[in-house]
Amino acid sequence: MGKTLAEKLWEDHVARRAAGEPDLLYIDLHLIHEVTSPQAFDGLRLSGRKVRHPELTLATEDHNVPTLDIDKPIADPVSRLQVDTLRKNCAEFGIRIHSLGDVEQGIVHVVGPQLGITQPGMTIVCGDSHTSTHGAFGALAFGIGTSEVEHVLATQTLPLAKPKMMAINVEGKLKPGVTSKDIILAVIAKISTGGGQGYILEYRGSAIRELSMEARMTICNMSIEAGARAGLIAPDETTFEYIKGRPHAPKGADWDAALAYWKTLQSDADAKFDKEIYLNADELSPFVTWGTNPGQGIPLNEAVPNPASFSDEQERRAAESALVYMDLKAGTPMKEIKIDTVFLGSCTNGRIEDLRSAAQIIKGKKVASNTRMLVVPGSARVRLQAESEGLDKVFLDAGAEWRSAGCSMCLGMNPDQLKPGERSASTSNRNFEGRQGKGGRTHLVSPLVAAATALKGTLASPADL
Amino acid sequence: MEKFISHKGTAVPLRRSNVDTDQIIPAVYLKRVTRSGFEDGLFAAWRSDPDFVLNKKEYNGGTILIAGADFGTGSSREHAVWALQNYGFKVVISSRFADIFRGNSLKGGLLTIILPQDEVEALWQAVEADPKVEITVDLDKRTVAYAGREIAFELDDYTRWRLMEGLDDIGLTLRHLDSVEEFEQKRASFKPKTLPILS
Repeated sequence: MGKTLAEKLWEDHVARRAAGEPDLLYIDLHLIHEVTSPQAFDGLRLSGRKVRHPELTLATEDHNVPTLDIDKPIADPVSRLQVDTLRKNCAEFGIRIHSLGDVEQGIVHVVGPQLGITQPGMTIVCGDSHTSTHGAFGALAFGIGTSEVEHVLATQTLPLAKPKMMAINVEGKLKPGVTSKDIILAVIAKISTGGGQGYILEYRGSAIRELSMEARMTICNMSIEAGARAGLIAPDETTFEYIKGRPHAPKGADWDAALAYWKTLQSDADAKFDKEIYLNADELSPFVTWGTNPGQGIPLNEAVPNPASFSDEQERRAAESALVYMDLKAGTPMKEIKIDTVFLGSCTNGRIEDLRSAAQIIKGKKVASNTRMLVVPGSARVRLQAESEGLDKVFLDAGAEWRSAGCSMCLGMNPDQLKPGERSASTSNRNFEGRQGKGGRTHLVSPLVAAATALKGTLASPADL
Repeated sequence: MEKFISHKGTAVPLRRSNVDTDQIIPAVYLKRVTRSGFEDGLFAAWRSDPDFVLNKKEYNGGTILIAGADFGTGSSREHAVWALQNYGFKVVISSRFADIFRGNSLKGGLLTIILPQDEVEALWQAVEADPKVEITVDLDKRTVAYAGREIAFELDDYTRWRLMEGLDDIGLTLRHLDSVEEFEQKRASFKPKTLPILS
């Protein structure tokens, strides 16, 4: 019987297999950042261990860095200590780091692909659940905890039990104004936040093939919101074209050898998935969340659901408490919901195509008077690229704020936070209670919906303008 | 890591599903560079509510958290495990855990036990009726026992053995370094390296 793509990647990386034990998986690339690594380095020091492969490790500063005044010392002393700790650890263990102010600094999942260091056929881990982003290249990429960060630093491997395989088939053609963000929000609403638990997701079908690399990254990024540690897409010409010529892309004979291998990275025609999900791209419309988990989403054209409509008791209770937290009434059309802050950015939607698509809607118009728009490029390179295209001016002229790169309001760890009771339309990935600031309320949206919402002040798609 | 063989204690019923790691510990509490002291951030947003279960006197000293389905979804922050442990929890019971949280908990010695939702409901009711009801978690037998009832749970043999021995995963892997070295000999030369820095 044939193998799925994820099974092939798994088998290609088993360094040791023994009956009754998890497989020992070799890790090709370990990305680290300031928040989930300090305790791992401490562990190494305590046991007198070294980093086995500094040359397979890469650090950036992203979660806890300011997006204003980045040329000054970090104002919050606790945050400053955390960032300084990463710098010291990288210096001590010989690890490459892109610090605040460096042209390659940015959100770890934006930096890897733009350097060409994320490639098909790799295993990639990071102490961050959105590591699934790199799966868009046909890599097996997943988030790990700090104990596992220490394990990878020390051994370049991880003991893991093989997950099950799920195919997410998306056939058809997206309508104008519908994006890959809408696909993934619809997938999560369909299978719920627990639907992918224990699985690796493979996104397939004509609608997926049509997507750019950046749009594919948005989909794989949110696999974790469906409960799956990893999600991936088979590499194709779009993938190879994206990688070619990037700083760390293979060159010469290496390129030919790599390409020959990459072309084998597809699920076999007779591969069997443990579960298959089908979605029709033609039927999708802009999607938005109404609740406090990413599975609580509906088409933007619909109204806040009535908790009584959920047959499952736990879902009904979750919907009831979500509506209380979100201060929403069942039956209210989503498009009547007023928005205080629009956040455009994050590892989900902070790449250049996201900024371009939003700028196209914003250009020559003004952000609504009671709404604030925060634009945070995913990396310093994205920021520079946007500025070279004049996108910064488009946002600034509209009254939006143009910031430096980082995770920013996606997780509300740095000063970019919602105030209690504030409501956001956010291109990020999580609408959990308080995620973007204590008491803040989040609606997850695509960059196009974010842009239209900024102009209208209420949840809107470009078609509503 | 401390050995986990069995644990006897009282429980705290958390009747909520989809408790994500941002609820367990919000990002603003993740700035510490140590492994301890995270108990102040545990369920931080809910702790200001006097009716929140952790603020109820009758559940003081509880060491077993009984939670709704899909506990630990979201971020990979192991701080969520540390916050629960720093607060005093030894065991979390739920009908479903998020994958990364489950992995983190079992690496760090916080035993996460999966029971069917009706057993979770029965536990909630028993604990709410009598907060002092004593619950015994026996990892050797893989059972949860309370009020004369005994419920079996599943955990793979390898993880159970590692927890009962209190073994460090890294130490275990380092015993097999020869396999890792052998694998490295065969690795494709075109795989990228982060050093030297190329532009």
